[in-house]
Parts: sequence; structure tokens; C-alpha cells
Amino acid sequence: MVGFFFLPLVMAFGISMSDYSHNIYNPAFVGLENYARLTHSAPFWNSLKNTFVFLFGVVPAMVVLPIFLALLVNGKLKGIAVFRSLIYIPVVISMVVVGIAWRWLYADDGLLNWLLSVFHLPKVGWLVSPDIALYSVMIVVVWKGMAYYMMMYLAHLQSLSQDLYEAADIDGASLWQKHWNVTLPHLRPTMVMVGIISTIGSLKVFTEIYVMTRGGPVGSTKTLVYYIYERAFENLDLGIASAAGIVLMLILLVFSMLEMKLSPKEDAAKVTEKVKKTETPLLPTRNGAA
Amino acid sequence: MKKTLQYIILSLLVLAAVGPFLWLLSTALKGPGENIFAYPPQFIPQNPTLENFVNVWNKVPMLWFFINSIVVTLLTIFFNITLSVLAAYPLARMRFKGQNAIFFSILATMMIPFQVLMIPLYLICLKLNLTDNAGIINGWLGLVLPFAVSGFGIFFVRQALVTLPKELEESAVLDGCNSLQILWYVLLPLIRPTLATLAVFAFMATWGEFLWPSIILSEPSHFTLPVGLVQLQSAFSSDWKLIAAGTLLSMVPVLIFFFALQRYFVTGATSGAVKG
Repeated sequence: MVGFFFLPLVMAFGISMSDYSHNIYNPAFVGLENYARLTHSAPFWNSLKNTFVFLFGVVPAMVVLPIFLALLVNGKLKGIAVFRSLIYIPVVISMVVVGIAWRWLYADDGLLNWLLSVFHLPKVGWLVSPDIALYSVMIVVVWKGMAYYMMMYLAHLQSLSQDLYEAADIDGASLWQKHWNVTLPHLRPTMVMVGIISTIGSLKVFTEIYVMTRGGPVGSTKTLVYYIYERAFENLDLGIASAAGIVLMLILLVFSMLEMKLSPKEDAAKVTEKVKKTETPLLPTRNGAA
Repeated sequence: MKKTLQYIILSLLVLAAVGPFLWLLSTALKGPGENIFAYPPQFIPQNPTLENFVNVWNKVPMLWFFINSIVVTLLTIFFNITLSVLAAYPLARMRFKGQNAIFFSILATMMIPFQVLMIPLYLICLKLNLTDNAGIINGWLGLVLPFAVSGFGIFFVRQALVTLPKELEESAVLDGCNSLQILWYVLLPLIRPTLATLAVFAFMATWGEFLWPSIILSEPSHFTLPVGLVQLQSAFSSDWKLIAAGTLLSMVPVLIFFFALQRYFVTGATSGAVKG
């Protein structure tokens, strides 16, 4: 743990203050110069912009949509367990496989464009149009992650006492009112949790981009982690890549704190306390489930 | 009536969830004469054949991809469970100086993204010769060691151990057990479900991991499945039948694992959500 965690963490700060671009074997100490270079780097700002577009698209979808899914699979229908497992399959299949499967759906003469043509709609350049590619990737990420959050909501729904619904029935509440006034407040802590987990995942998005678009077309899908990867392992400019990594870490910290504060019913301290007590893994996969 | 509607919606959702993989299957089963871009699309292959599966197996070192993925995943699971238990045991069941400081610094590691650590880790692995340039064993170790233990794993096991009653240990001490014997004979059997869930998490994280293996590995026969598939995709970019076949093959172990151990996949997402 010390060797593979704390040492690299200290090194990360050191590398972020060194210049590797001239001689990779003999880096020179340059202080904060890499950070200054970052602020002047258009590709860096572009990757930051893409990351935030991704974040603000994916996180609300991840917080809201799985609630509907969870309500749907919460019934006592026959065979519901089978439906739940099948819906869960995209979560367990690895991102690379999912990316390849969707690249095939997104192909120019692929299945999705055929579906559009059935409805007499024009073809879409899913992964080849710079204005659309990022959104296409976001769709895949939401598609893959939704069932994971569905299960979190479902667990919470099943802990909700039926009495509350019965009381609402007696008060003559409609189905919509019941969910708005009973279900939603009950799910609020889970929503915060889902928000935090999917924010962390979104900020680290990489594999899905690498598999489907390689950051293209014309850099329109390059995210922050993609930028770090490219700088470090393709350009071998480890200094600036590390500086960008530190920026990523700070953004993550700020967002996690913001979202804990945003939780209306519970203050940050209580949420932290909860995180400590809970058995729920915060990071379901190594890079977080987006 | 309402039930029928629910079944219809659920079936549509299932179709949305597995449809992309079924389309991959349909593509992989099509023979050399069939046009995969046919309009309208041919969902059921006219002459289903396994040819593409055989071809992809022969054209790329698929067998090695499987072996590498399996070895790396099993080693990672083994290390994660062993080290998490050994670290969590004193944290949960003993009192010593600096205990809280250690516990919270372990928790803090969960806040640091791997992407920040990967560059220094890469330099460390180069120094220690833990890349596949020094042979496949070194490559495996380079893939496993950085993930041998995680703050999350220690935390997860600790939370399970903390809840067990103190009397268990006391009676074991009376029977003459030392601490390792207590751990092995008394405590571990009780937290088996937790360990199974941890194993599933380690499996999920390692089996699908792409970023780190793509940095550490360079020789195709040393690739794990995700890296191998990405390479397959770029090497045979126009041969979608081949890509589809290779991709499907790689799904088989995951699906078996999932349907066999489903319980633990789902408890992972739910157990704490209720109690939390």
C-alpha cells in the first residue's frame, strides 16, 4: 500500500513540477511552470469543456432515469427476478465490449441508422460528426450504468413501508402524487449518493472514449483523462500530464464536497458519517461506474 | 390489463439491454457470403456458421488473452481478499495507538483517482521491471501489484468484522486459539458473504480494466482480453464479423460468472444501500 499508493501520490506532485519534454531520463525541476503551460493550452481547455458537457449530461440522467426503472421492476410480477437480471447485464459486461457493440450499432450503415430510415428520418453521423459524437458516447455510458443505480434505488424502495402508500390512498392521492410526496423524499439520500458516484465516474471517463472514437472527430470527444493519457503515454510529456492529473483530483474533491452540501435534508457531516457506516461500495469499479 | 402492459414495457427494456449483444451475435454467425450491411438488416443469419469464431481464434492469440485475463484476475482477487482481511482484522478487532489515523488515511486513499497515480506508478513499474518487456510473469505482476489491495477492500471487510460480537473471540481464547487461529476458524467463516462480494468487485474491476494494461503491456500475446479486443478492432477494422466473434467469446466467462454468482453481484449494489 505504501509502495503503490503513498509513494506514487508524493511522486505525482513531484512529476507535475518537472519538465520531461526535453529529456525523459533527466527531468528538470521547473516549479509551477507545467501548471502555467496548462492554462495556455487550448487542448487542455477543450478537454475540460468536453468533460463538463459529459458530466452535466450524464449525471442528471443517472440520477433520474433509474428511479423510473426501479419503480417498474419493484412490482410483484411473476418472473420479475429474471427481468431484473437481464436488465442488469450491461452493467457486468466490460466497457470495451460495450463500446465495440455500440460502435457497430452506430456504424454509418448500421442498425440505428436503419431504424431512423424506417421512420423516414435522415442518417445521423453518430460517431463521425463532431457535434454529435460526444452525445453518442454519453448515451452509451448512461445505457450501461443505468441498471446499477436501478438496483440501488430498488433496495431503498423495498425498505419503504407500504403503510405510507396506504395512508396516501386514504387521503385520495393519485399515483403521481403518491410518488412525488412519498417515494421521492424517501429516495433523496440515495439520489445524492448516485449523484456523487456518477460524478466521480463521469470525471474519469476514458475507456469508452478510447474504444469508440479515440478522442475524435477533431478532438470533440477528448476528455480530461484522455488528455492525460495522450500527453503521458503518447507524447511522453509526463510533467504536464501529471499537472493535469492534479487538476482532476482537485475537481473531484470540489464536486464531492459540493454534492454533499447540496443534500437538502442532511448536512454534509451526516452524509460523511453515513458513508463511513455504509457497506455500499463507493467505487464499484476501479474507475467508478459512470 | 395493467399487468400485460407492465410485461410489455419490461420486455422492451430487456430488448434494449441485450439487443446490442444479440445484434453482435447475429453478425458473428453470418457466413462469408452474407452482406452484414444488408438493407433491411438480416436479423437471423441465412446460413449460420461458427467460421468467424474459428477464424478469430486462429488469427489473434485469443487463447493467450484468456489465459492472461484469468491469471491476472484470479491473482488480483486472491491478493485483495488476503491483504484486506489481514489489514482489516487489527483495525476492527484490536485497539492500538494510531488506529484511527491509520483507518482514516486508508479511507482517504479512496478519494484519490487512479489517473493521478498511474504516471508515477508507470515509472515505478519501469524501475522494478514490472512490465511485459521483461517477460510475461513480470507483466502479470505489474498488472496485479498496484491493485493488490485497495482502501475500499479494507474498509469493506472492516465494516463486516466490526459487527461481530466480542464474545466469539473470548470463547476462542479460552479454547486456546491465537489471533490468527481466531481469524481463520472463527471470524472468516462468518463474513464469507462479504468476502464473496469483495471477490465479485475485484473481478469486475480487473476483468474489464483497459487503461492500466494498455500502459504496461506491449506484446500482443501478453495482452488481456480488453486490450486484445481493442487491438483486434483496429487491426481488422473492416471485418465486423471477426470483431463481433472475438468480442462475444470474451463475454462468455463474465456471463457464466454473473449467472452463477448473481446473488453477490446484486448484494454489492444493494446491501449497504438499505442499512446506510
